[in-house]
Amino acid sequence: MITTTQQLPSYLQAFEHSQKQAPAHNQEAWLRDVREDAFARFCQLGFPTVHEEDWRFTNVAPIAQSTFQLPERGFNGVANHDVAPYRLAGLTAQLVFVNGRYAPGLSRLPLGHKGLKVASLAEAILKEREKVEPHFARYADYRQEAFTALNTAFFEDGAFVFIPRGMVLEEPIYLLYLNVSSETPLMAHPRNLIVAEEDSQATVLEDYVSLRPGVSFSSVVTEMVAGDHTVLHHYRIEREDTQVFHVSTLRTQQGRSASVSSHSVLLGGALVRNNVHPVLAGEGGECLINGLFIVNDRQHMDNYMKVEHASARCESRQFYNGILDGKSRGVFHGRIIVHKDAQKTDAKQTNRNLLLSDEAQMDTKPQLEIHADDVKCTHGATIGQIDEEAFFYLRSRGLNEASARGLLLFAFASECLERMKPGSIRSYLERIITQALPQAIHPEAVR
Amino acid sequence: MLEIKNLHVKVENHEILKGVNLKVNAGEVHSIMGPNGSGKSTLAQVLARRETFQVTQGEVLFNGKDLLAMKPEEAACQGLFMAFQYPVEISGISNAYFLRAALNAIRKYRGQEEMDAMDFLPFYKEKMKLLEVDERFMTRSVNEGSSGGEKKRNEILQMALLEPKLAILDETDSGLDIDALKIVANGVNAMRSPDRATIVVTHYQRLLNYIVPDFVHVLVDGRIAKSGGKELALALEEKGYAWVEAEGHTAPVAV
Repeated sequence: MITTTQQLPSYLQAFEHSQKQAPAHNQEAWLRDVREDAFARFCQLGFPTVHEEDWRFTNVAPIAQSTFQLPERGFNGVANHDVAPYRLAGLTAQLVFVNGRYAPGLSRLPLGHKGLKVASLAEAILKEREKVEPHFARYADYRQEAFTALNTAFFEDGAFVFIPRGMVLEEPIYLLYLNVSSETPLMAHPRNLIVAEEDSQATVLEDYVSLRPGVSFSSVVTEMVAGDHTVLHHYRIEREDTQVFHVSTLRTQQGRSASVSSHSVLLGGALVRNNVHPVLAGEGGECLINGLFIVNDRQHMDNYMKVEHASARCESRQFYNGILDGKSRGVFHGRIIVHKDAQKTDAKQTNRNLLLSDEAQMDTKPQLEIHADDVKCTHGATIGQIDEEAFFYLRSRGLNEASARGLLLFAFASECLERMKPGSIRSYLERIITQALPQAIHPEAVR
Repeated sequence: MLEIKNLHVKVENHEILKGVNLKVNAGEVHSIMGPNGSGKSTLAQVLARRETFQVTQGEVLFNGKDLLAMKPEEAACQGLFMAFQYPVEISGISNAYFLRAALNAIRKYRGQEEMDAMDFLPFYKEKMKLLEVDERFMTRSVNEGSSGGEKKRNEILQMALLEPKLAILDETDSGLDIDALKIVANGVNAMRSPDRATIVVTHYQRLLNYIVPDFVHVLVDGRIAKSGGKELALALEEKGYAWVEAEGHTAPVAV
């Protein structure tokens, strides 16, 4: 049901406007059909409300009731030195997007690697339709999910990553999304498609950053296709300004014996919804969902996991840790769906939360839907405070209260780090997490 | 070094210590023995400044300073160390990091320069050798997955590293086999010196064969009921605590 307070007319205006302005790729008939279909669907669905089970704990009224503009065309105002803090040594490629638009001057394309594509999706739609169309909008369901519909209707660009059969990329691909706010609240709809062909291996990092404080709305959809026997590591960092609304969906389609890990580190944003939705579609697949969120003040962070076991003998693991301070609110909704034929499924889910203040609130909800009869599914959740025994133990050895608390928080957060493959991305995340902890400690000394 | 005067302590409205008096000088080793529930561990933990205990009366001077006004970290920085009866597991923090952080917190408090990893490591390894601890232990999380004996050894290893003025061992012998007990005792004895004092809290006499005390005190029902030399421990081993308890009720011994 759509309530009258939702700002749908403004989206209609924006949609018509963007069609008229039509960047080149909008002229592709197949895509235009998808967009129009998605927009019509979005108008029917409207923004979700708390009456829907999947949105029970998260009220998106602040998004629905505001008007956001698509950014103006032209110079984005971002210079190379603004990106300097986000450069990493030893990357396969780095693509930079500013308010959802590709910034070629700031990006570093891959060298060598025959057959590898790391490029703007808008460009790929024009030049490599045969690689894009078979996958695009085939997995993320814009017919059922309002935010996916919105993204599909409005996306301007995003990353297209194509890893050809058998290729093993040792160095990560870094996708950086810069949010540059303006006086009128802007919206951006980055759309990514990652296709890993059979037997390939890669690591992809999506990093969402604000360059200035301000209100804006990011809606992100990433579709990731993991072919048979692939090994993919996907990382997502959300560290936008605490006035930003951010809804993202990672939809993974896994083939036979594919091993995919999804790591989320969520620190920024006013209202954040992080959907992770893998479908284990081939036998013997493995998926790890590993997440950490750290929130304070009035931040709201909703982590919605939907793990679908659609084939036999797959294993899924979900580990999510939350640290909540101030008046923040966290949600962990872990759905596991085991389809009828997905025998010998082994699914496990653990959500652990630390509340640092009396006013922080955490809702955690497991939801198992099992239609097969030979499966192993377990789930567990804890919500607690800092362990007083450990706190006293550290203090009794001379550490002051702030250091002791900082160390315990780091220890809690490092459970998440330890599930990541050691390497440059993990060290990068370790630095970012350490700085984000309420009691910052010196990171170099921890190991 | 340590002077406890008429110490009364409550836990959840229940009086556990009912007027403890004790004086420990530098260079001395005191043993506090007593039956279960007599208040031995409470005494150790109050001295280590666990805040869940409520001191209702009395005072404690540590090197002339009011110990009861100190936070746990201040007491530690002033040179007090308690080896825990139940050492805490902290996953995600390595032993090496934890110990260096502790050592540097104490050094900083004392106005000494902090120790970097290069200087710390050989120092740490030397102490590990003393306690016969494998070097792989450095990178393991604090007490995680360790056996009871390993945890106790780690406590003494920490003590050897932090070099306190006053060490309190809270039932460090419980759960130790005889080999581990010898190693632990060896570590404690290596620390004995004229400017350092040790309080050994124990239920059994066995540890005292290896860490020989100068004084033995028997705590019964929140008071020190009897004090003596090392031979008192042997008498207790032979006659049991009931002997002191019976005596204690008829003629309280002032110390």
